Amino acid sequence: MSALIPFFVILPLAGAFAIPVFSGYWKNMGKVLTPILMLMLLALSVMFFFRDSAVFVYYVGGWELINGVPVGIQFVVDGLSVLMLSIINMMAFFASFFSISYLKKFTGDKYFYALFCLMVAGMNGVVITGDLFNMFIFLEIAVISSYALVAFGIEREELEASFKYQVLGGLASLLVLLGIVVLYWKTGSLNIADISRVLKQEGSSPSLLFIQILFIAGFGLKAAMIPFHAWLPDAHSSAPAPISAMLSGVLIKAVGVYAIMRLFFNMFELTYEMSMLILVIGTISMVGGVFLAIGQWDFKRLLAYHSISQMGYVFLGLGMGMVILSVNGNKAVAVMAIAGGLYHMVNHAVFKGLLFLNSGAVEYKTGTRMLKELGGLSENMPLTSTSSFGASMAISGIPPFNGFFSKLLIIIAAVQGQFYLMAALAVLVSIITLASFMKVHRYAFSGNLRFKDLKKFGEAPFSMLFSMLVLAGLCLLLSLLIIPVFRDIFLTPAVNDLMNLLNYSQPIIGV
Amino acid sequence: MILYFLCFVLFLVGLYGVITRRNVIKIVLGICIMEYSINLLLILIGYVHDGVAPIIVKGSAETNFVDPLPQAMVLTVIVIGLATTAMLLAIAIRVYRKHGTFDIREIKNLKG
Repeated sequence: MSALIPFFVILPLAGAFAIPVFSGYWKNMGKVLTPILMLMLLALSVMFFFRDSAVFVYYVGGWELINGVPVGIQFVVDGLSVLMLSIINMMAFFASFFSISYLKKFTGDKYFYALFCLMVAGMNGVVITGDLFNMFIFLEIAVISSYALVAFGIEREELEASFKYQVLGGLASLLVLLGIVVLYWKTGSLNIADISRVLKQEGSSPSLLFIQILFIAGFGLKAAMIPFHAWLPDAHSSAPAPISAMLSGVLIKAVGVYAIMRLFFNMFELTYEMSMLILVIGTISMVGGVFLAIGQWDFKRLLAYHSISQMGYVFLGLGMGMVILSVNGNKAVAVMAIAGGLYHMVNHAVFKGLLFLNSGAVEYKTGTRMLKELGGLSENMPLTSTSSFGASMAISGIPPFNGFFSKLLIIIAAVQGQFYLMAALAVLVSIITLASFMKVHRYAFSGNLRFKDLKKFGEAPFSMLFSMLVLAGLCLLLSLLIIPVFRDIFLTPAVNDLMNLLNYSQPIIGV
Repeated sequence: MILYFLCFVLFLVGLYGVITRRNVIKIVLGICIMEYSINLLLILIGYVHDGVAPIIVKGSAETNFVDPLPQAMVLTVIVIGLATTAMLLAIAIRVYRKHGTFDIREIKNLKG
């Protein structure tokens, strides 16, 4: 089964190459090929859930270990990677299916699909690679194609947002690269498992602290945590709607949160200071994001600020787990906190992706996304309105939807781990989130229609509706992950691989 | 040691440029300077005093090689830097055509 791992990168890269080349012969190539490729990748990643061994290692180019030292690049798929791969490819499938109708507004859709495939290839690569420098390269592939996709509309706002995003994204990449270079200087290795072995022998030192700060700043910029968040609302609200769904739904997770998790749990030794830093950054993002969001009148901008806030929840869960582990506290609470963070990450991909697709459908039909200009859409677009209602309930944490259970896990873990302030803030932020989505529904979907020309509006086209309704169904269905049977298949392997260093490094370097 | 330190100073010079300059092109140049400083650091890390190129020839007793891995990494970083810079400049040209200026104080439609 490990021979299948490189296909996560090969398939989308091949698609990215084939679409612009062969579109001259067959105009619909991108439209047809991209969703099919993404569906294949989704099937492949779901297949890895039902695997016989915990970790799969693929040696790129056949370079196996020499005297226990890795000389080539290795692709590693463990529990966490499988979880990330499945949400990346799932959102990629729905976003590409949604784009079939959405892209009628744009010209040059072959470039759109090519860049889309390239972005997915980069994200899949970041998640499966076991080599730091290789991770940097895949990260650059993913973000450079996302710079181009943000500017796809080439109007004033899109270009400005893309430039801002590029400057801050370039800065983040260079900070990460500097961290990798200093780490290579210190340890003489680029393999994550090998570096963790070397670092364990050496113990802590000031240079290690410098490297950790560089990584937190670099990946924190990519994940748009609060001191580094300035680019996100511009970039995510200016991009075409399916791309906003991809950026908010999975890109900030794959290149930001995943990298921080992988490096800080599986490479560095957990220290109290770094864990506390991540916890505090997460809490500030959670609270700050929601207060910035509630005053917004632009639908997509409001959603973008909520992304910052919800990623704060993810960092809160992970940070609490790290703090508890670093002081050798109660392991069961740490497991619950980390599982809550990961669970919320999966849920956030689904409901935030759905909300951005909703905003895209509304913009496609009405031509505006300012909440004050909309109104009464529930009569004209009942299905869009229903799915948006489901996603809003999920993001605010109302019981039958998935967001409730992940927030509940995080809050229970916070109370049990005696982080009472964080627990109170998490509840408060959830209430303010509910308030801001009440505002969206009050202004956009209910009330009187503020458009004179009634005939212009109807329900969104089929490909948009399909994506939105299936995702709305998933918002309900993912609540099942709280049940132990399903949790053991999907979440527990990821938590175990994060918590036990040996689970990850044993299959790679044997120690 | 002083050389490594100067590399870091060069990195900070680039960062200073990105933060304080108001001209779009100068910001791009700042990012380029940061990237070159990292390339320089990489090459310095791989350097071994009196080392030779790591080519193993039959019969030669040479063992003091320079580290070839950072050199391969620098090539990759240069290629990636080319893509980033090209993308930045392409957007900068488009921004100039739409806004008629390179001054970032006047390019501020998005806020709040």
